[in-house]
Amino acid sequence: MPDVPMSETAALLHARPMVPQIAHVRRRRHDAPDAWTLELDMANGERFLYAPGQFNMLTAFGVGEAAISVSGDPAEGPLIHTIRAVGPVSKALSQLGVGDPIGVRGPFGVGWPMAQAEGKDVVVVAGGLGLAPLRPALYRLLRERARYGRVTLLFGARRPEDILFRQEVERWRGRLDIDVEVTVDHATDEWRGHVGVVTNLISRLDTDPSKTVAMVCGPEVMMRFVAMALIDKGLGEETIHLSMERNMKCAIGHCGHCQLGATFICRDGPVFTYARLKPLLAVKEL
Amino acid sequence: MTENLERILSEHRFFHGLDKAFLELAAGCAKNVRFEAGQFIFHEGEAADQFYLVREGRVALQVSAPGRGAATFLTIGPGEVFGVNWLLPPFRWVYDAKALEPTRAISMDARCLRGKCESDHNLGYDIMMRLMPILIERLHETRLQFLDLYKSHA
Repeated sequence: MPDVPMSETAALLHARPMVPQIAHVRRRRHDAPDAWTLELDMANGERFLYAPGQFNMLTAFGVGEAAISVSGDPAEGPLIHTIRAVGPVSKALSQLGVGDPIGVRGPFGVGWPMAQAEGKDVVVVAGGLGLAPLRPALYRLLRERARYGRVTLLFGARRPEDILFRQEVERWRGRLDIDVEVTVDHATDEWRGHVGVVTNLISRLDTDPSKTVAMVCGPEVMMRFVAMALIDKGLGEETIHLSMERNMKCAIGHCGHCQLGATFICRDGPVFTYARLKPLLAVKEL
Repeated sequence: MTENLERILSEHRFFHGLDKAFLELAAGCAKNVRFEAGQFIFHEGEAADQFYLVREGRVALQVSAPGRGAATFLTIGPGEVFGVNWLLPPFRWVYDAKALEPTRAISMDARCLRGKCESDHNLGYDIMMRLMPILIERLHETRLQFLDLYKSHA
């Protein structure tokens, strides 16, 4: 269960989990070529409480509903979602303007293991838009910095111009309390950073595997190989956490759209240990 | 001088744990080199007569295409190696290598090292066993790059 107190919104969610709350777009920002970030104010004036790694079902009225991870700071500010426009619903959501209404149902799911990571080194591995669900965890790690050991962010993107939250990533790179390495798959001569896949950064990682927790989010193929690279580094399968993406509909473990074997991604995840996911990831077309 | 190179070689990830006698043989083919930021180390088409072990800095491996400029497909950092075309015919570079920042490396004379591997197959086998995992890993990484995983699949 999420480690947040019960708000009025949460109470309503428990009573009527399929009914969205109304929010309005406060601000929108273009964060990557096909990704938009929406800042939302809840119509009831409440602050939206959630745990890092949880997701909401967002409604584009008249179009449909889609599962989108929260990408903001769980401790302050508005509710923030970063959306890649890939289908009709996400396209409609990404085109919402300031003041437009939006439906919010959530928060749902099990998030990142923030409590389990306390006292440990934390390696955060993000690929592409996978940085969005990890950003709340990074905010928490940096806000409560003394609770954690060494914090490392390894971030892979397609091209330099596709780097999500680029200015913020640059700010993090300038901090002394987090190690940030960014790599891109394809680059022109102007790029001065790493080129190569994100697993390549793991091979250079200097960490004590016995006291390290990993949080990984990105395309599923990338996560499989990142998990294997972390295992090669000596991390245990129980200490590697992956955030899964599936076609979520009800978000409460009833409809089965997001089912992987006996596991409901929406209810039991989206964050799982590699130990739990490994047999499922090996099954093709699940 | 060679003793110092032996120590540097033994501290490099590529040669870490190499038998001392082999290390002496390898050091006989090695020299320290330094490149400035922006300096090309070699160009596509030239003879692959060196093999490089990076100690400090970063090197971009690039292929140029008309109208698209230079595309970097891999960067190499401390503890890593580049220039593996030295090992087998036709001993020719198939990409450009350019220092992105001030870079220090060990340059191994390819003809010298090939000769020593040829005359001492145990050394040759050891070096091959060090190179193969790197080549396999790079092939795997190239496959992942080719899959273009982060591209939006609308």
